[in-house]
Amino acid sequence: MIYRYSRHLLLPDFGVEGQRKLSQSSILVVGAGGLGSPVALYLAACGVGCLGIVDGDDVELNNLHRQIIHKESYVGQPKVKSAADACREINSSIKVVEHHHTLKPCNALEIVQKYDIVVDATDNLPTRYMISDCCVLLKKPLVSGAALGLEGQLTVYHHDGSPCYRCLFPSPPPVAACQRCSDSGVLGVGRLLDYTVNAIHDHSVKLRGSSPDCTICGKNSAFTEQDFQKFDYENFTQSPMSDKTAPSVNLLPDSARITCREYKKMVDNGEPHILLDVRPMHHFQIASISPSLNIPLSVLEEKLPTLEISLKKEGAAPALVVLCRRGNDSQRAVRLLREKGFASAKDIIGGLQAWGQDVDPDFPVY
Amino acid sequence: MHLTLEFGGGLELLLENSTKVHKVEVPPKEDGQATVTMRGLLTWVKDSLIKERPEMFVKGDSVRPGVLVLINDCDWELCGGLDAELEEKDVVVFISTLHGG
Repeated sequence: MIYRYSRHLLLPDFGVEGQRKLSQSSILVVGAGGLGSPVALYLAACGVGCLGIVDGDDVELNNLHRQIIHKESYVGQPKVKSAADACREINSSIKVVEHHHTLKPCNALEIVQKYDIVVDATDNLPTRYMISDCCVLLKKPLVSGAALGLEGQLTVYHHDGSPCYRCLFPSPPPVAACQRCSDSGVLGVGRLLDYTVNAIHDHSVKLRGSSPDCTICGKNSAFTEQDFQKFDYENFTQSPMSDKTAPSVNLLPDSARITCREYKKMVDNGEPHILLDVRPMHHFQIASISPSLNIPLSVLEEKLPTLEISLKKEGAAPALVVLCRRGNDSQRAVRLLREKGFASAKDIIGGLQAWGQDVDPDFPVY
Repeated sequence: MHLTLEFGGGLELLLENSTKVHKVEVPPKEDGQATVTMRGLLTWVKDSLIKERPEMFVKGDSVRPGVLVLINDCDWELCGGLDAELEEKDVVVFISTLHGG
C-alpha cells in the first residue's frame, strides 16, 4: 500500500494522514455517465475506502465517446456493473458497491446515508434538487458537477457554511432554459476536464453563505424526511428525471400532420412535393433524407423566398412536408408556414427518429 | 463606464453571434449620478445587448431563476444584489447553471 500510493504520501499537504483519511472514507457517485466516469475512475485509483455508484441506465453505444469508464463489450449491460468492474480492475483493494437503481425520493435516503460524501454527476435538474435536499437532511457534503456543450461547472454545496442548491436556486429555471446533452451535445470529457480546470482558474468564485431563509437548510426549515419522500421533483421543475424523454409539443391539428409511413407512400407514389428539413445545419450534415431542402427553423422566416423558388420548380401545387429530428421543431415550422400563407404545409410526426424506427431501419438515428 | 460583461452556460446564445465576452460602455443613470447599479445594468443589457428571448435572461427586475451573477468573481448577493454599485472596469459575469452530465 505504501508503494502503491507513494506519490500521494510524498505530497507534504496530503501525506500519510491524507491517504489514511481517504482510505477510511466512503463516497457515493450518482450517475455513471460523462462526469461520473472520470470521477469514479479517479476515486478508485486514488484509493478511496468505499466507492458507491448509483445508476439505473444501461450502457449505450453513443455513450462511449465520453463516458470513458464503459467499454464496447458492456453495451446493453447496466452502467453500474460496467463502471464497478472497471473500478475493480484498476484497484482491487477498495470496496466498490453497485446500486442498480435510478436515485429517487423513495430510495435516496437509504442509499445516501451509507456514505460520507456525495458526488452529483447526474444529467437533469429535478435529480439535482433531490440530491441536494437529501444531502441536507442527512448532513452530507455534496460535490456537484455539471456539463453541457463546451462548458463545465463544479460546486461544493452544504459544507462548512456553504449554501445548498436551493439557497442558490430557490426557484427552478424555466423549462426552455434547460438544455440537455441529448439535444445540445457535449464534448468528450478529457477535453471537458481541461475546460473545467481552466474554468476553475478563471472563475473560481466566492459564493454566498447558506441562506437563513432557505426552505430546506434554513434554521426554520420544517422539511422532514417524510416531506422529502413525498416531494414531486418533476412537477417542481416541470422537467423529467431523465435526460432521455424529450418533452414533446402538440401545436398542430391532426390535419396538419402525417406519419412517416404516410410520407413513404407519397414518395413511392411519386407525388410531387418538397421535403423541408428544419434542423440546424450541423444536424443536417450528420444524416438526412435525400432529396430534402435544409432551412433551419431559426432562419426559416427570412428564407421563405428560397422555399418559394424551390416549390415553383416542382410544378403545379406540390405538397410541402416538414421534417426535424423528433417532431417538435417541425410543428413550430408548420405553424409559421401556415401563418405566412403556405396553407398546405404538414409535418412528419416523430421526425427522423420515427423514420428510423418505422420506415428505414438503416437510417442513422443519433 | 467601461465594463466587461461575460455570458456563459448558454446565455451567450441570446446575444449577437453568440459572443461570450462584451467590452461595453454603459451610460450612468440620467439623474446626474455617476454610478451604475446592477439594476441599471440589467435594464441596459436587456435593451441594448439581448437579441432574442429576453425572458431567458430577466424576470421582473432581476435575472431569471437559474442565473448566477458574479461581480469581479464574487456572488452578487455578497455585493448588494440589484443595488450593488459598479465601478470602472468591473467584470460582471452572467452564468446560466448547467444540468447536463
